Amino acid sequence: MRSTPAIDARAGLDKLATYPFQIATWVDDSGYPVSVAVQASVDPGTLTATFDPPAGLAIPTDRDVSLTGSHIRPQPGYGYDERRHVTVWGRVTPGMRPDPMSRVLTLAARSAWGWDESETPFFEYSERSVPRSRRYFDALSSERGTPVKPRLSFGFLALRSTRLPFLTATIVPVVLGIAIAASHGVFDLWAAALTVIGASFVQLGLNVANDVFDSVQGADDANVTPTQFSGGSRVIQYGLVSLRQMATLATVFYALAGAIGLILLATRGSTALLVIGVVGFIVSLGYTAPPLKFVYRGLGEIAVAVGFGPLMLLGAYVVQTRGALAWEPFVASIPIALLVALILYVNEIPDRRGDAHAGKRTLPVRFSPRAVVTGYNVAAAGAYVAVVVGVVLGILPVPTLLMLLTIPLARQVSAGLMPNYDNPYGLMAFMGVNVKLHLFAGLLLLAAYVVVIGVMAVAPGVDLFIG
Amino acid sequence: MAAIPGPVTELLESALVAELTVVDPNGRPVTYPLIPLWDGERVYMTSSTLFSRKLEHIGANAKVSVSITDPISVGGRTDRATIQGDARVIDDDPHGGWERLLPIWSAKEPAIVSFLKARVALPLFFERALIEISPRRVLYWPSGDASTAPQVVELGKEAA
Repeated sequence: MRSTPAIDARAGLDKLATYPFQIATWVDDSGYPVSVAVQASVDPGTLTATFDPPAGLAIPTDRDVSLTGSHIRPQPGYGYDERRHVTVWGRVTPGMRPDPMSRVLTLAARSAWGWDESETPFFEYSERSVPRSRRYFDALSSERGTPVKPRLSFGFLALRSTRLPFLTATIVPVVLGIAIAASHGVFDLWAAALTVIGASFVQLGLNVANDVFDSVQGADDANVTPTQFSGGSRVIQYGLVSLRQMATLATVFYALAGAIGLILLATRGSTALLVIGVVGFIVSLGYTAPPLKFVYRGLGEIAVAVGFGPLMLLGAYVVQTRGALAWEPFVASIPIALLVALILYVNEIPDRRGDAHAGKRTLPVRFSPRAVVTGYNVAAAGAYVAVVVGVVLGILPVPTLLMLLTIPLARQVSAGLMPNYDNPYGLMAFMGVNVKLHLFAGLLLLAAYVVVIGVMAVAPGVDLFIG
Repeated sequence: MAAIPGPVTELLESALVAELTVVDPNGRPVTYPLIPLWDGERVYMTSSTLFSRKLEHIGANAKVSVSITDPISVGGRTDRATIQGDARVIDDDPHGGWERLLPIWSAKEPAIVSFLKARVALPLFFERALIEISPRRVLYWPSGDASTAPQVVELGKEAA
C-alpha cells in the first residue's frame, strides 16, 4: 500500500507550476545537499522546467536535481494549515535563452512525489503510512534484539481497544427496560446492576471480537479512512495490542458476561431470559465471526437492531419481572433498535471501500448513495412513527412523545449525508450527531418513564396512556 | 571557529516550516517540509514513525541540508538560507523521548500540546524520532535572490 497516491512527472509539473517559486536541490561534490530558491518556468507539455542558474553555485548535470514546491498557511496562535508540497526530479542541461541572450538551465522531469492535504487528508495519509511505522518498529526491534512497540497509557489503550464510549448503545436500552419494569411496579436494584454490567460485557466482547475477526478477514487492514466512529479500534493494525491479546480480551469479556448471565438465570431465571441470552450471544459473536458473519452478508444492521434493541431491552425487562413479557417494552425497543442500527449504517458509509475490498457486503457497499440516504430517512422516520403509533394504540405512555424532540437531530444527519458521502472526515461530524440522536432519544424515553413513575407515586389515579 | 550568522538563527527561530533534504540510496536528494527547531547549537526536527523513510535515509547517509525559503513561513522576511550538516537520528524512546523539544515546538505550533493530550486519537503520529543536525556550512542570501551569490560560512566539525 502506498502512503501517497503516485504522481507521474507531468502531474508533478502541473502541481509545481502552481507555486510562486521553486527550490532547486542537488547533492554537491562534498556529498551534502544544496538548496536554492529559483523562479522556474514550468512546461508540463514538454515535461520540462527552466530556470536561471543561481549565482556562485554550479548545478551538476551528471546527477539528479529536484525542484520542490512547498506551501503552508500560518495560523497565528495555532500553527498552520493548507499543507502541500511536490518534488519533481530530473537531469539538468545548460542552454542559452535568446532575447536577451542569457544562460538557462532546463530540467527534464522523470519522476515526482508529493502530498496535498486537500487531496489526501492528513488522517488518510497517516493511515496509509501505518505499514511504514510497523516496518520501522520491526527494524528497531531487530537492531536492539528486543521488541520495541508503539505505546499508549493503560487508560487510553483500554478506552481505544474496547471502544468504551460506545457503551451507550447498551446502557440506553437496558436502563430503559429496567425503567419500564419499574413503571410496572417491579424493581430489583441488585438484578438491575448485574444486568447493566453483564450486558456491557456482552458489548465489550462484541467490540473486541469485531476487531479480531475484521483483522483476520482483512477488512480493517483494507480501510484507509477510519474515523473515531468507524473502521474499528485499529489497535491491532497499529501494533499496540496483538491479535492474540485481543482474542483473549474478547474471550474474557464473553466469559464475564456468561458468568453474570448464569447468576441472573440462577436467581431470576425464566425461559424468556434463557432464550434472549442464547440468541443475544449468537447475534453478538456471529456479527463478524464465521460462519454467520452477519455484517459481511449485509445483515449487520438487522443484527445490531435486534441485539441492541429488543434483546437488550426485553432482556433487562424480564430479569426484573422474572420472565413476564409485555408489548410495551417490545414497542419501546423499536425506535431504539432503528436508531442504533442507523449508527452502524452511517458509520459504514466511509468504510464501504475497505469493506467491499474485504468482501464485507454492507448496505452502503450494496446500494447507491441515494438509496442509502433514502434508507436512512425511512428508518429514522420509522423510529418516530413507532413511538406515535405506540402512544395512539395505548401501548406507550403519552410522555414518550418527548422523543420527537430529537427529530431536528435526525434531519441534521440526513442533510449531511449526501454532501459528505465521499468525505469521511466531513461526515465525521454527522456521525457524531447520529450517535447523539440515539443517546438523546433513549434519554428522552427514559425521562418519559421517570415521569410515569413519578406520576404513579404522587397521583396514582392519573392515566398517562390513551384509551 | 565560525558561528551561524545571526540572521540565519533568526530565520531558524521564526520559520514555521523548512525543507529538510536527505540523500536516498541512489544519491538523489529527497526534500521534506518540516518544522525546524533551533536550540542555539543544533537544528532539530522530529519525524513520526509513520513517515520514517527519511530516517532510514539519514541512517544510511548522515549528510543533509535544511533550507528556509518561504517568506510566508517567516513572517514576510525575504532573506533565505541553506544549512548543510550532519544528521543523527535519536529514537531511543519513540514514545516520549522527543517530548524534550516540546517547549520549542509548541512555541511555533501551539496546537501540538492539545493534540498530544489527545494522542489516543492518532497514537502512531506521536511515536517519533528526533533528527539532530550539526551545522557544517551555511549559505545565506540576504536579499533572497539567487541571482547574487550566497554568503558562505564554513563552520567546521568543531562547531558542532
